Amino acid sequence: MTTHDEHAHPELGFWRKYIFSTDHKIIGIQYIITAMAMAVVGGVLSMLMRLQLGWPGTLWPSLENIFPTGFAGGVMEPGFYLSLVTMHGTIMVFFLFTAVLTGGFGNFLIPLQIGARDMAFPLLNALSYWTFLLSCITILGALFATGGPPLGGWTAYAPLSAVPAMGPGQGDGMTLWIVAIALFTASGLMGGLNYVTTLLTMRTKGMSMMRLPLTQWALFITAILGTLAFPVLLAAGILLTFDRIGGTSFFVPAGLFLADGTLIDHSGGHPLLWQHLFWFFGHPEVYIVLLPAMGIASDILSTFARKPIFSYKMMVYSMSAIAFLSFIVWGHHMFLSGMNPLLGSLFTLTTLLIAIPSAVKTFNWIGTILGARIQFTVPMLFALGFVSTFISGGLSGIFLGTSASDIAMHDTYFVVGHFHLVMAVAPLFAAFAGIYFWFPKMFGRMMNMTAGKVHFWISFVGVNCVFMTMHASGVAGHLRRIYDPTQYAFLEPVYGMNQFISISAFVLGAAQILFLVNFFASIWFGPKASVNPWNATTLEWTVPSPPGHGNFGPELPVVERWAFDYSVPGAKEDFVMQTEAPARVESS
Amino acid sequence: MPAITEDTTTVRVPEPIQPRDGFGPPPRPPEEDGGGEDPRPGWRPAFPVSRGRLVLWLVLTVVVMLFAGFSSAYIILRGAPAWQNVALPASLWANTFVLLASSVTMEWTRRRTVEGHTASAKKWMAATAALGAAFLGGQVLAWMELAGAGVYLASTLHSSFLYILTGMHGLHLAGGIAALAYVSAGVFRNRYSAAGHEPVTLCATYWHFMDGLWVYLFLLLMLA
Repeated sequence: MTTHDEHAHPELGFWRKYIFSTDHKIIGIQYIITAMAMAVVGGVLSMLMRLQLGWPGTLWPSLENIFPTGFAGGVMEPGFYLSLVTMHGTIMVFFLFTAVLTGGFGNFLIPLQIGARDMAFPLLNALSYWTFLLSCITILGALFATGGPPLGGWTAYAPLSAVPAMGPGQGDGMTLWIVAIALFTASGLMGGLNYVTTLLTMRTKGMSMMRLPLTQWALFITAILGTLAFPVLLAAGILLTFDRIGGTSFFVPAGLFLADGTLIDHSGGHPLLWQHLFWFFGHPEVYIVLLPAMGIASDILSTFARKPIFSYKMMVYSMSAIAFLSFIVWGHHMFLSGMNPLLGSLFTLTTLLIAIPSAVKTFNWIGTILGARIQFTVPMLFALGFVSTFISGGLSGIFLGTSASDIAMHDTYFVVGHFHLVMAVAPLFAAFAGIYFWFPKMFGRMMNMTAGKVHFWISFVGVNCVFMTMHASGVAGHLRRIYDPTQYAFLEPVYGMNQFISISAFVLGAAQILFLVNFFASIWFGPKASVNPWNATTLEWTVPSPPGHGNFGPELPVVERWAFDYSVPGAKEDFVMQTEAPARVESS
Repeated sequence: MPAITEDTTTVRVPEPIQPRDGFGPPPRPPEEDGGGEDPRPGWRPAFPVSRGRLVLWLVLTVVVMLFAGFSSAYIILRGAPAWQNVALPASLWANTFVLLASSVTMEWTRRRTVEGHTASAKKWMAATAALGAAFLGGQVLAWMELAGAGVYLASTLHSSFLYILTGMHGLHLAGGIAALAYVSAGVFRNRYSAAGHEPVTLCATYWHFMDGLWVYLFLLLMLA
């Protein structure tokens, strides 16, 4: 198994090998790079938002040249601001986090870590990526649609989304949004079927479910969540489309007037129905993003603490509990919709129940690093950053999950700060940790670790400056989607805070350029990576970096132990590979 | 010396306890306890369900959740003040009968294939495809009947659901007919036997599922 074996696969040309590939490793890397491109777009949109919020009404003549309608007269248009909010949220939630964590790491890691040669259905896997790329192109097309991009937020609340005449971006822009999300759903479902099938039927000899690395457990549970949640969004999207083009009234109530006084020819629907259907998908979606991040962080924390993960079984059970609970908490997004207070209390109860498995995981992470001689590598720093932001963002979630306090906090920057920390920054840090960690396996080279450390520290301080400050401005009453805070006299005390947030955000954004340069430069110029640069135990570190087609040599590896045998007493080294037979450890 | 009634010379060796691997009992040779795709002789997957059947049930889970989304929308809007029931086209009863009959013929196809009676299986297979197509045609006739009575997609919430639910079910059944066409190519070339017939049984499961789904949707549209 030491030699690089190509098993008589003919060498494919560039296009078949790197572009139209059915190799799970290439597809995973394609997902990661596409998601990075989407992140650049989503990030630039957020920078424009911060420009407006920090210095509302300022003339930016240079930006007028780039966005002639958005900056007509040099000042940002209110509609343009709302479309920035919508597109930033949509791109980041779907096209960055979901794509990079499940699509990217899922494809790259599942066969490598379970000892399989590829996914169960490689062609379906490739189709999943190309459908995803098509959905990326469609959502980017919405930026250039007639009337501009949609304005209704990433949640596409009805009736704003259900009536094309509601706003300039609600016509073609909104249509493209729905098409893009439907394509994304299809892509996610194809991936999910593949992940579940691969993980259940293609584990190598000895790789029992309870020997899987936690990343694999997380991806398995995530795939099941996606299988159950995505179809509901699809159903809602189909009904929404019929409201828009078929004249039906699922989400449009009777007697609705447009801003110009026209009465809309719809009757009888229920705008809140959209919210129920959307959030029935939307809350599991939070965990579709978060669970793989938890799995990646768990494995990396254990690797660099050089200690076994604390309570592996509880990690698996708590992830399963979180996944189950995520389906019965969606009402906490709707406390202000006029729901029965008793129902609100029930949703509060189920929401706060999630704190239990989340706390189990957090204490297990702390237990893993407690008393360890931690190796502060860049992946470890980002994994620790994940735990840190998960705790800060998770704690503010308790206030928002409780209906009594949420009624005061709803639609303020407290919410913006909370969800950015817990479901944007935390998964992003886990994704960074994963990229720095598995980059050698992906490209056979190491990333620059000094640049990585600079990237981490600027990012870590930056996100706290940005999003912790947002909690404060939210408590001061800063409304969530407003275009110009200076319109409200009571917000005067937070003007300075807004500028501080904006400047921090620009620095934070600039640090990501450092990451991108490091990533792409290291693909070609990084120092060559060894087979197992981190002294980790899992199967992907037994094969060359990058692994050849088919991943493993002529024989598939045989797994003898779990993935967390670090610092085993009596062992020759402080890690024991999963393939190491017990006898060979004792004899040393 | 006591009389020896039993043969004590042969030592009873207990069955080796196999390590638990994945789910379910391990119906596999002892030297292979994994599920890798390694095509070595004697290899059997550790997971007790075949890959095809697993994917089929995952797909059906997706279908269930899709229609659960539609159903919950239906149930919530059923309470809206603007809800007005429309008379269901009478042809839906005939269509339901046709679809139920197609499930019976599908089941005969499956059983004849499992038993190895290919000639008989071919006939039932053809009958199933014909009944399935007849059902889809009948659904279109039901739509025409509705439109003839002045009931359109946007007329009332009930009619919107009537068109969309029948349409979505029809799309899924059309997928079933496509699968049937694919599988029937194998049946007519005698590719399946009593030993290897998984595509036929998978097709039958999907078909029965679509049948059950239709009965559910019909009851929902009729009673709720």
